[in-house]
Amino acid sequence: MNLIERVVAISRRRSPWICRLNAGSCNGCDIEITPLLSPRYDAEQLGVELHGTPKHADIVLISGTLTLRSREAILDIYAQVPNPKAVVALGSCPASGNVFAGSPLVLSESLDSVVPVDVWVPGCPPRPQAILDGIARAARLLEDGATKSQLQNWQGRLS
Amino acid sequence: MNTVWSYLIAFAVWPGLLFAAPLGWLELWFMRKLVARLQGRRGPPFFQPFFDFMKLLGKQTVIPRGVSRGIFLALPLVSVGAVTAALAIVPLPGNPVPSLPGDVVLLLYLMEVPVLCEVLAGYVSRSIYGQVAAMREALLSLAYNLPFLVAIIAMAQEAGSFRMSALQAAPYGIVHLLAGVTFLLALPARMKLNPFSIANAEHEIVADSHIEYSGPPLALFKLSHAVELVLLTELFAVVFIPATPWPLVNLLVYLAAGILVLGGVTLLATATARLRLAQAFRFYWVWGGIASAVTMAATLVR
Repeated sequence: MNLIERVVAISRRRSPWICRLNAGSCNGCDIEITPLLSPRYDAEQLGVELHGTPKHADIVLISGTLTLRSREAILDIYAQVPNPKAVVALGSCPASGNVFAGSPLVLSESLDSVVPVDVWVPGCPPRPQAILDGIARAARLLEDGATKSQLQNWQGRLS
Repeated sequence: MNTVWSYLIAFAVWPGLLFAAPLGWLELWFMRKLVARLQGRRGPPFFQPFFDFMKLLGKQTVIPRGVSRGIFLALPLVSVGAVTAALAIVPLPGNPVPSLPGDVVLLLYLMEVPVLCEVLAGYVSRSIYGQVAAMREALLSLAYNLPFLVAIIAMAQEAGSFRMSALQAAPYGIVHLLAGVTFLLALPARMKLNPFSIANAEHEIVADSHIEYSGPPLALFKLSHAVELVLLTELFAVVFIPATPWPLVNLLVYLAAGILVLGGVTLLATATARLRLAQAFRFYWVWGGIASAVTMAATLVR
């Protein structure tokens, strides 16, 4: 790994831009993201910026129970995020469907069966500290080149 | 030294890219840190804008379907090139470029190119949000350019020349003060800061006109914005701050004045909410217009 690759790798950890994707959430997890940007938790110290468009994002935060209709949207938005990228699943819903599992309009599967998930943040809803920790872990995976999308396609890396 | 070489050095080294990029990142960090401190946050680390740039360089570029590849990739390059060329004309101490007759006109033209690139970037992206942002950017540039251009033209009238060095050396007077205020009036909109940030209203139209950009082209647009900050603050310092006979003192005074101006503009941005397009437009044509008229009148009275 030469010097420029090393600097780019460090920059991936130091500048994780996030994009929220609500896949059918009750909004509980999304509300827990907003305190991250407030004075109390101040995610900007870690270089985190919240972006509205997946084109600018490095880390996608996916929250909510997966529904039959949100599956396509998740795949579409995930494909728009430029490599290298990481996915953080927020809360219990993407993992199991939570209390909504078994409902007729709910895809009773884990998010891992739709897109590769790198970090799971448990909780209903997770605490803001836990979400921040999840973002930091995903950023570290991006630095190491160890996110699932990076391991799948090597052409996404600079080398 | 050969003239071609002096132009190349001015473009690439001082006051061009090699120094302007770190200075621009420093100014970006200063603004972000100041906003954070004013909001009671810790704020980003010192190297944050550099990390953002390097990370974007290492990312993939996604080009939307149906978008012309050539113009999509050329716009950020033209933007960075134009804004750096504009900075190379500014007579900062130690700038190797000789002063040309009429370089003020060239400077004003080059300063419009990044705005034009942003407008085009919004329109070629085929994104509805990008197009709305581009339309707003174009309309806003019609508004803020009134006080901005009048401030510089009034100084040229005062100095009796369209030469940057003449503007810099003009004897200090009341016109400097009036034109300086008129220039400062246009500055928040030129820097796309609150309350005139309607073109990059991220809560409303998701992002600014580079919404569809990613990877290295986005990094170049960010770099262009950073260099533009340096250009605007140093242009203010060179034209409106009285020069001393010592170049090194001049340089320090210019840099300090640039940081001071940025601090003031950031303070305004933190303290205000975003104006609607019509309100911003009216502000510039009424108050900017009055300031422009007073400034022009002051140059003619003398």
